[in-house]
Amino acid sequence: MVKIKTTNYNLFYGLKQALFDINMDIYKNKITAIIGPSGCGKSTLLRSFNRMNDLIDGVKAKGDIFIDDKSIYKDWDVVELRRKVGMVFQKPNPFPKSIFDNVIYGPRTSGIKDKRKLNDIMEKSLKQAALWDEVKDILRQSAMSLSGGQQQRLCIARAFAVKPEIILMDEATSSLDPISTAKIEELILELKKDYTIVVVTHSMQQAARMSDYTALLYLGKLIEYDKTEKIFTSPSNEITKNYVTGRFG
Amino acid sequence: MGSSLKEKIYKNIFLIVTAFSLVILFLIALFLFAEALPLFKNVSLIDFLFGKMWYPTMSPHSFGILPLILASFYVSFLSAIISIPLGIAFAVYLSELAPKGIKEVLKPLVELISGFPSVVLGFFGMVVIAPWMTNKLSPFFTETIPNFLSFLHLSYLSNFFANNLYIDVGLNITSASIMLAFITIPTIASLSEDALYLVPRTYKEASLSLGATKWETIKKIVLPAASSGIATAVMLGVSRAMGETMIVLMTCGGASMIPVRPFDPARPLPAAIAAEMGEAPYHSLHYEALFGIGAVLFILTLIFNILSDIARTQGEKKMKGKSV
Ligand SMILES: Nc1ncnc2c1ncn2[C@@H]1O[C@H](COP(=O)(O)OP(=O)(O)OP(=O)(O)O)[C@@H](O)[C@H]1O
Ligand SMILES: [Mg+2]
Repeated sequence: MVKIKTTNYNLFYGLKQALFDINMDIYKNKITAIIGPSGCGKSTLLRSFNRMNDLIDGVKAKGDIFIDDKSIYKDWDVVELRRKVGMVFQKPNPFPKSIFDNVIYGPRTSGIKDKRKLNDIMEKSLKQAALWDEVKDILRQSAMSLSGGQQQRLCIARAFAVKPEIILMDEATSSLDPISTAKIEELILELKKDYTIVVVTHSMQQAARMSDYTALLYLGKLIEYDKTEKIFTSPSNEITKNYVTGRFG
Repeated sequence: MGSSLKEKIYKNIFLIVTAFSLVILFLIALFLFAEALPLFKNVSLIDFLFGKMWYPTMSPHSFGILPLILASFYVSFLSAIISIPLGIAFAVYLSELAPKGIKEVLKPLVELISGFPSVVLGFFGMVVIAPWMTNKLSPFFTETIPNFLSFLHLSYLSNFFANNLYIDVGLNITSASIMLAFITIPTIASLSEDALYLVPRTYKEASLSLGATKWETIKKIVLPAASSGIATAVMLGVSRAMGETMIVLMTCGGASMIPVRPFDPARPLPAAIAAEMGEAPYHSLHYEALFGIGAVLFILTLIFNILSDIARTQGEKKMKGKSV
């Protein structure tokens, strides 16, 4: 089932075009990896799905993106859209608030006031992010006192607390040590039964290990998009072949 | 010459310059206290600080500076009430809402205003604000509003306005506070804007990505993250208001009575020094008392500066996760 559909999607930073005619169907309850050399537009594409590019001065988009068959520009209210499409950033970016306040930030802004309900959401989200055991006794401490890996899992929990259906991760493990990375990868695999997950990664191994589908972007164009197995074993495009065998990038 | 030697030389030059200016500052403070000290052979510290009457040239004279201290607090407080919300709102507009082009024009403009010669502001207060108060604002408070209120049969409120909000002197605490706000608003706005600008973009992105609106993001993330910087800005703004001389000298009316109503004239500490130092005989009691006022003013502004420093370190702790 298609969760996200882009149709002839183009994006411009001022005069500079960063994405060219992207047509792509992203499937529900699958992990989709976006790979490609630096500057090819991976982050730009990912940030298009929850309209985070709107925040940048001079950004223009052409074409459309549909989530659950509704246009993100015409049919979705941007606040609703961002509740449905959660995002985890490259560098852990917890708020300088307590662990507790970080996790319930989203639910609270969406108007939930009931203490018990907020507590439930918090516990569930932290458990989902495999962080509960480590922080359950220090919930009132500042999130800034956690390690990098813990902070990133906190950001994942914070994203889950809003009950999104789609999770976008932009190189979410690139600043983490191997153990934290393994933990988060395991987590993502665990979560795919309930969520649609799109990850940007520089690590070919990571894409091969985790994802069901892989898309290769090159100079803002979608070069090839297929089942991960196919991309890594018998790519049909020459650029893809060179990229996945490490001959450039 | 090796680069490490060069570095050492530079370092020492800076050290000497810094130490030199610190020593000078220290000597000035010392001088202030030394010149004031002989006063206390004749006047007790309690009588000086809490005496209700400042009659330095009458006989018998009286050197109580409570009216002056209260006047200073009153004008600083009123101008803070005016300038804290406006200054912060302006900073938020500049840093979060204004289009880039507008910000590039407004920010330097604001900084220009805060550097405006205060004598010009004082002059403006004298010839524009003061007459406006007596000619326009006073009738409005004592006739227009009471008439309207008695029309609504609110005679108690009506009398309150008529009896308390008359303005017989245009040069008063409110005039001075308004003119001081011309200095404190830009100070608070400019420094708060710097603090808001330093809030990492990633916080805002995280908040928006969680479905918060721009306004919620400003309220719940940006302002709290910048709060220590904003507190620093406010403290420095208030301390500027407290030490500012020309404006209060020209627009506050100069009466050395304990101020009660916001439209009473008053004589803040710096105004007393500026107005009286010229006529106080060298090493007279009056002269020493004025140095005492200087010392009090020095301590007050020092307190505000220390508070602003505490706010800053508090904020740094928060960023490092040492406090919530
Ligand atoms: N805010 C911006 N303003 C102007 N150009 C931008 C902006 N952000 C990105 N670009 C440009 O758009 C292109 C795509 O950038 P993007 O960040 O999407 O690449 P990426 O594939 O995520 O790269 P990386 O792997 O290094 O993160 C690049 O050429 C970049 O210079
Ligand atoms: Mg990127």
